[in-house]
Amino acid sequence: MSHEIDAILLEDTRLSLDELARSCQVSREWVIERVQWGLLLSEESKDPRTADPASWLFDSRSFMRVKRIIAVERNFECNPELAGLVADMIEEIELLRARLKASNLDED
Amino acid sequence: MEFKDYYQTLGVSRDATAEEIKKAFRRSARKYHPDVSKETDAEHKMKEVNEAYAVLSDPEKRAAYDQLGQRGFQAGSDFQPPPGWDADFEFSGQGFGGAQAADFSDFFAELFGKQMGAGARQAHHRMRGQDHHAKIMLDLEDTYHGATRSLTLRMPKLDSQGHTVLAEHTLNVRIPKGVHAGQVIRLAGQGGPGHAGEVAGDLFLEVHFKPHSRYRIENKDVYATLPVAPWEAALGTTVKIPVPDGLVEVRVPENSQSGRKLRLKGRGIPAANPGDLYLVLEVVLPPVTTPKEREFYQTMAQELAFNPRQHLGV
Repeated sequence: MSHEIDAILLEDTRLSLDELARSCQVSREWVIERVQWGLLLSEESKDPRTADPASWLFDSRSFMRVKRIIAVERNFECNPELAGLVADMIEEIELLRARLKASNLDED
Repeated sequence: MEFKDYYQTLGVSRDATAEEIKKAFRRSARKYHPDVSKETDAEHKMKEVNEAYAVLSDPEKRAAYDQLGQRGFQAGSDFQPPPGWDADFEFSGQGFGGAQAADFSDFFAELFGKQMGAGARQAHHRMRGQDHHAKIMLDLEDTYHGATRSLTLRMPKLDSQGHTVLAEHTLNVRIPKGVHAGQVIRLAGQGGPGHAGEVAGDLFLEVHFKPHSRYRIENKDVYATLPVAPWEAALGTTVKIPVPDGLVEVRVPENSQSGRKLRLKGRGIPAANPGDLYLVLEVVLPPVTTPKEREFYQTMAQELAFNPRQHLGV
């Protein structure tokens, strides 16, 4: 099979609320709630109480965050805020590890 | 195919209660969390734990699986399901499908794939294929030049008898220039097949870079070490150095010290808003092996009268 497939950067198109929910197998409401609680961001939802969810667009970071929050909520049957906190910490760890590596200070 | 001992995977006894199984799963989920764990191969172990829990937490699947255990199969032993092993069980058919399915083993697919196949055949309603999620490891050079990478994925598919099997599937993917770690790329129509004429799902790939012998990457910025001789650092010079997108000439300012960062603006990852390339100077001393070299350093010591510890008050 020599057919080549173009990969599209998520940042170029981003995901709508419906696309994000379908891809991660959660309901629209699940996503809307977490945006309203400030656990997920979309640039269009700066004021999440008034913004129209149909106009929200999600980037790579939000996509990864949703997946992490789902896994933590599901695996540990925990509340969404705690899962959000875990996601925050994982993102922070990633940032710090990348910085260590860039400075050649990582252990490996 | 190897028989998998799901009880062993979760570290519980065969008569463990549902509560004990749940606890064991959570303990493992914490231990092998792929973003945090320092265990080697945490990601693979987490997949095994997820698979074991998908079976042992579901009373129907667990009962069917236990029946196999009673036939004397052991972890790692060669396994073919005995004919009609699941005759007495009716699975309500949850848990094999979707993004997670591709992570499960052939063993799982062989045991529990059949009922999903039956489910899919009965799906009269039109249903778009499910999206699949995976990771892709790229070389730094791929993002500088754009590249075509061949990617092999295991995807659940229906065979001619309607059983779900895991089939290897190779894709040639054209990587967009300027992609960086933590970004997600999307391959339209490369996810699970659609039902009743609906379109296939998409494949989402999370981008990671393989470690590079020369470059270090932080977000869109790239770092490299630039070794210089003491006189180059002291007097200043222009040096040639290979960078990911070719060869550049850089000016090393006079009186540079080790650790000084030279910034090449816009020569990092070529995203829409490109990153920078940083060359970190490392002053390398010529070793002393001959009397002449020794004499040279001694002359320097006398002539320069330099005390690098002056600021320490000694």
